[in-house]
Amino acid sequence: MTIRIGAGAGFAGDRIEPAIDLAERGDLDFLVFECLAERTIALAQQAKLADPASGYDRMLERRMRAVLAPCRRGGTRIVTNMGAANPRAAAEAVRTIARELGLTDLKVAAVTGDDVLDRVAGLHLIETNCTAGALGDKLVSANAYIGVGAIVGALDAGADVVICGRASDPSLFLAPLVHSFGWAMDDWTRLGRGTLVGHLLECAAQITGGYFADPGHKDVPDLAHVGFPLAEVEADGNAILTKLEGTGGAVTRATCTEQLLYEIHDPSAYIQPDVVADFSHVTFEEIGPDRIAVRGGDGRAPTGKLKVSVGYRDGWIGEGQISYAGPGCIARGRLAIDIVRDRLRARGAEIHEQRGELIGYNSVGSEPDPAIPEPPEIRMRYAARCTSQEVASSIAEEVEGLYLCGPSGGGGATGHVREVVGVASGLIPTDDSMPVYEIFEA
Amino acid sequence: MKLRDIAHARTGDKGDTSNIAVIAYDPADWPQLEAQLTEDLVARHFARTGAREVTRYALPQLCALNFVIRGALAGGVTRSLALDAHGKCLGATLLALELPSVD
Repeated sequence: MTIRIGAGAGFAGDRIEPAIDLAERGDLDFLVFECLAERTIALAQQAKLADPASGYDRMLERRMRAVLAPCRRGGTRIVTNMGAANPRAAAEAVRTIARELGLTDLKVAAVTGDDVLDRVAGLHLIETNCTAGALGDKLVSANAYIGVGAIVGALDAGADVVICGRASDPSLFLAPLVHSFGWAMDDWTRLGRGTLVGHLLECAAQITGGYFADPGHKDVPDLAHVGFPLAEVEADGNAILTKLEGTGGAVTRATCTEQLLYEIHDPSAYIQPDVVADFSHVTFEEIGPDRIAVRGGDGRAPTGKLKVSVGYRDGWIGEGQISYAGPGCIARGRLAIDIVRDRLRARGAEIHEQRGELIGYNSVGSEPDPAIPEPPEIRMRYAARCTSQEVASSIAEEVEGLYLCGPSGGGGATGHVREVVGVASGLIPTDDSMPVYEIFEA
Repeated sequence: MKLRDIAHARTGDKGDTSNIAVIAYDPADWPQLEAQLTEDLVARHFARTGAREVTRYALPQLCALNFVIRGALAGGVTRSLALDAHGKCLGATLLALELPSVD
């Protein structure tokens, strides 16, 4: 038996068309949408506090309206973390869409139990070196990265769509494989290989030529129509990575090797809720055009702890930008930075951290060699982190003020302010979270 | 020669830690990459970011090195003031490194 599993999204803002293509032509068993970044769940939790019916991914309805019918026709089941802070409300929304589309008997499961906000007061947070309780009313959310258990349960119970909140990203892919092959939960090698397949697929186009092209060095055919990936997985957990014929992009040893190490630290110890996966001996073999055999994944027993991601309100960031061009643009940009810094100091603004930089010159890389010719234009950017929204707003005001009270020829001033939702993490015993599923029938 | 002439790179982030995979295009260049692209060299390249510690992992069967660079992201994507708060551009800047040519 071979299981065909595809990636329908690699982040909340991902493109929808390639997922529709996979749903229509992929002959898939499973289509997985990974849409939940680290801080997204804290923002979703804030939305849910304001409106108890919200708190799930804003693109959920659009994505499901696009793929539910073709997935039903092709016998493809869906797994996603688009439930964010409210998987039950998300499942109800999907049930409503299914009914509107005339898809009767569709089973939609909500997986909950990742929300551990009520039991983290004493949890030590690594980044802030304090307990979660010490954050007081700034604490917004606490979610454990749960494993495959409840997702497998929902699939075993016949769910056509499984919607969870915070689960480890590879678990969204590993769960359908455990369900399909009946892998034992102490078969570390297979769990490690399934995790590997999940890790390679979870960022969707990042393995089919997205986040890769570098003209003249790494050319990618028809990147505009890049297809999303799928894996043909065997019962031993080894797999072939590929994409649909007629789609743009490429699946090569190079794209696969880059994605293997994406956001990995020690390749021999990729810590997951159900297994510590070992990618250190993975190999990729090109067995056909856009077909790569992946082998050599392994695993060992998990740590018995789950990572908990804690979201907290962490002040405000204000930012302003303005352009300078022509000879002397660097000097005028630097003068503008000095002026804004002086004026903020004179205001007595309470600022925790600030930076001024010249986009096109020194904003991303190192300070350029002075011998390098001046660029034809630069864009001055000033950003600061502050406790109050009012002070954050003053950053953009001072940059806009440069129009009349700044260097010669400043143009195109823009500004914005955002609340900072910080994320810190800690570890809880795996048994402290009890994920469960609940099925809603259309 | 520039690192870019023999290798490609991908950058990822977790909290305040950046990781950059550097991969030789041609297995023939792997020994040079492994010998020359040291933790120290990478740490010096990213000194301005505030990077505290660089750890290198080697995967010879893939001609790949993985650099884990702690403290490189100004506090991480949620609170960093950087324009590129994820540090997605860091790998590309590393490819500008000059390598001593072999023989």
